[in-house]
Amino acid sequence: MEMAEQKTAIVADAPHPVAQTLRMLWRDKFALAAAVFLLIVLLSALFGPALLEGVATKTNLRGRNAPPFDFSQPWYLWLGGDALGRPLLARIIVAAQNTMAVAVGAVLCSLAIGTTLGMIAGYTSRMASQVIMRLADVIMSFPSLLLAVIVLYMLPPSVFNLIIVLAITRIPVYLRTSRAEVLEVRERMFVQAAKVMGASSGRIIFRHLLPVILPTLVTIATLDFALVVLVESALSFLGIGIQPPEITWGLMVSQGRAYLTTAWWLSFWPGLAIILTTLSLNLLANWLRTALDPVQRWRLEIAVKKNG
Amino acid sequence: MADHLIEVRNLSVDFHTAQGTVHAVRNVSWHLDKGETLAILGESGSGKSVSASAIMNLIDMPPGEITSGKVLFDGRDLLEMSSSERRKINGSRIAMIFQDPLSHLNPVYTVGWQIAEIMTAHGMPAEKARTRTLELMKRVKIPDAENKIDSYPHQFSGGQRQRLMIAMALALKPDILIADEPTTALDVTVQAQVLSLLEELQEETGMGMLLITHDLGVVAEAADRVVVMNSGEIVETGTANEVYHTPKHPYTKKLISAVPGTGKMTDPLATGIEPILQINGLTKHFGGFVAVDDASLTVLPGETVAIVGESGSGKSTLAKTLLRLEDASSGSALYLGRDLVTMPSDELFALRRDIQMVFQDPTQSLNPRMSVFQIISEAFEIHPDILPKPQWKNRVRELLELVGLEASHMHRHPHQFSGGQRQRIAIARALAMEPKLIICDEAVSALDVSIQAQVIDLLVKLQEELDVSYLFIAHDLPLVRDFAHRVVVMQGGKIVEQGPVAQIFDDPQEDYTKGLMAAGLSPDPEIQADRRRARAELLETTI
Repeated sequence: MEMAEQKTAIVADAPHPVAQTLRMLWRDKFALAAAVFLLIVLLSALFGPALLEGVATKTNLRGRNAPPFDFSQPWYLWLGGDALGRPLLARIIVAAQNTMAVAVGAVLCSLAIGTTLGMIAGYTSRMASQVIMRLADVIMSFPSLLLAVIVLYMLPPSVFNLIIVLAITRIPVYLRTSRAEVLEVRERMFVQAAKVMGASSGRIIFRHLLPVILPTLVTIATLDFALVVLVESALSFLGIGIQPPEITWGLMVSQGRAYLTTAWWLSFWPGLAIILTTLSLNLLANWLRTALDPVQRWRLEIAVKKNG
Repeated sequence: MADHLIEVRNLSVDFHTAQGTVHAVRNVSWHLDKGETLAILGESGSGKSVSASAIMNLIDMPPGEITSGKVLFDGRDLLEMSSSERRKINGSRIAMIFQDPLSHLNPVYTVGWQIAEIMTAHGMPAEKARTRTLELMKRVKIPDAENKIDSYPHQFSGGQRQRLMIAMALALKPDILIADEPTTALDVTVQAQVLSLLEELQEETGMGMLLITHDLGVVAEAADRVVVMNSGEIVETGTANEVYHTPKHPYTKKLISAVPGTGKMTDPLATGIEPILQINGLTKHFGGFVAVDDASLTVLPGETVAIVGESGSGKSTLAKTLLRLEDASSGSALYLGRDLVTMPSDELFALRRDIQMVFQDPTQSLNPRMSVFQIISEAFEIHPDILPKPQWKNRVRELLELVGLEASHMHRHPHQFSGGQRQRIAIARALAMEPKLIICDEAVSALDVSIQAQVIDLLVKLQEELDVSYLFIAHDLPLVRDFAHRVVVMQGGKIVEQGPVAQIFDDPQEDYTKGLMAAGLSPDPEIQADRRRARAELLETTI
């Protein structure tokens, strides 16, 4: 302990928070790569459709299933063409928007709703806990795909409705995790210390419980991201998700499935995009967890000192 | 080279961490003879456990690295043996018991099975192992051993679990028993029983015992020779008597002078003052279990009242009821004439400022994600009437200086402090509310002796300056002796005796209090020898 103290004394007062964050990101090269990749995905999602809509939807029957890495072609055909000769690279960029909207929307919604309900169930009365937990049991015992089919059969398929359906089916994961964590953390002494000071339930939940349980939930959320993308593609495959000519990565994977033996690249590239995005989110979440935890943060700061 | 049972020669162990190399022990040499008890005495971080870990091959390498030295056992260097050879020695010839017996017993197997496993693992047939297990359980004085052999660890008390660990360690009649803080987690009366059991067993088997401890009382009770360690180095060795009575090294002197229970006792405050807190017949049930039974006591302004009792005596529950962390079943607790037990929550909120608490373990009572400034200023955030925001920083600075920390510590996080410093932060947090009564729940029990003394000094100083009252909950009698005005002794939820500190210590009336006094360990080996004799006589007369 004393050793640790001496070390931190040397580090001295922290520089500007933004500069420090960037420096900590620079230390973790994997996290840095992940952040750069996610930035590209984000930019594609924001500006891709506006810039490449025309290119991505233009069919070219002579270029059907054009193989990738033909660098004599224009750049958007470098990853090959799909069954109608539409350039895959352009389509992946355009599809980023729908994919991100659905996946990010659904994950954030379920994270927010699930965590809130879970903390209420964990911290307030037994009665509230019972009601909320049984609700979660109902959702969990109902096959999520069936629920999605029923709801989307009644509502018109759209990005917004898709988000609602996917969010509902993923809520129990966050709800149960956050409740379990709250039940444990609320017994810790610093929570009791806050109570003795007269802290309100809201303060205890937001200042003392949430920061402790959030890292776990964020990690689950990043893993859930991939799952949501794939479920969305399953729904689109059934014809009740995103409808062509709208595109998502999941839809592209399922469209390419028929050609897997003859033209692997149809499914491979959008699949790779899903994997890389999930992986990047995971790496970045990992980094974030370390950077936000005062006990762990030195791992990133020490490295700065050694090489800086 | 067979003159010593085991000999550690010039052992140095480094740990390579991200923050650089830590020299855990440097050039440490000691030896242990047959039938002898050697104590390694040191505070946390002194490296007292490292040489034992080296013997048992428990050092994780990396990050650990043994840079020099030998461990000679039977004329051979343990450090040069293959791991399969060492496995044969571990458990059968050198055995070890640990501080926390619950975490070292597997909860899903019966204790009989676990003790027998040691023997079957070293090749004894199961039938025979079970008979021997039963023998051992009787030997370590587990009552009703025939039936208890098929019970699970959670069905035993803490002291019994430590006895089971001892039985397990002795299963293969080891030559050496290493005991790492064997009684730290136990109550005083149980501690005395476990130590005398260890002594008895040692006499019987003639094994050498290595006792690792931070407690001078344990050394005085059990050790023949003692090795004092400080930051990885041996500062002094000698017989227990020599080291206590004629310490040579300044560190040893400091350690001995820091031991509580030798100073002058405090005089009781003048009577006739209006009490700040008056508890009448406070009772708390948990279902059918009565945790606090009809407790009545008073606290005067500026007074320190100590509540002493062993685990399960209801002393912490009493504190929690006062703070309304638990609701009392019946009775009243009048704070300046207003009843804390029935008070509505808005009134209680205002009163929170007056009654604060310092918890046992500062590692857990400070939110690890908040900076020291945030932790202390949270009081001002919750009670905006204390201080306007622009003055927070100055006040936090003042408070930190008041408890003996530096103002520049404000932006650090709790993990960057040592245990004693963390407890100071917790005290500063309590003081931020400007309380009139501070309830200290085992507030110094988790700290090293010398740090304990510093924190107690701080509390006394604060009382003089700010005239706060303390309700000081502790299991450690000597600690309370130097510090409290009045003492309340609790047992099984009931208050068995209360009175001024001098009366309780010099002239205890109740048998339980007397027993508690007798069980406490004095750091003086001679006094401890007398007590041991007295205890033995007491035992003979009762039989």
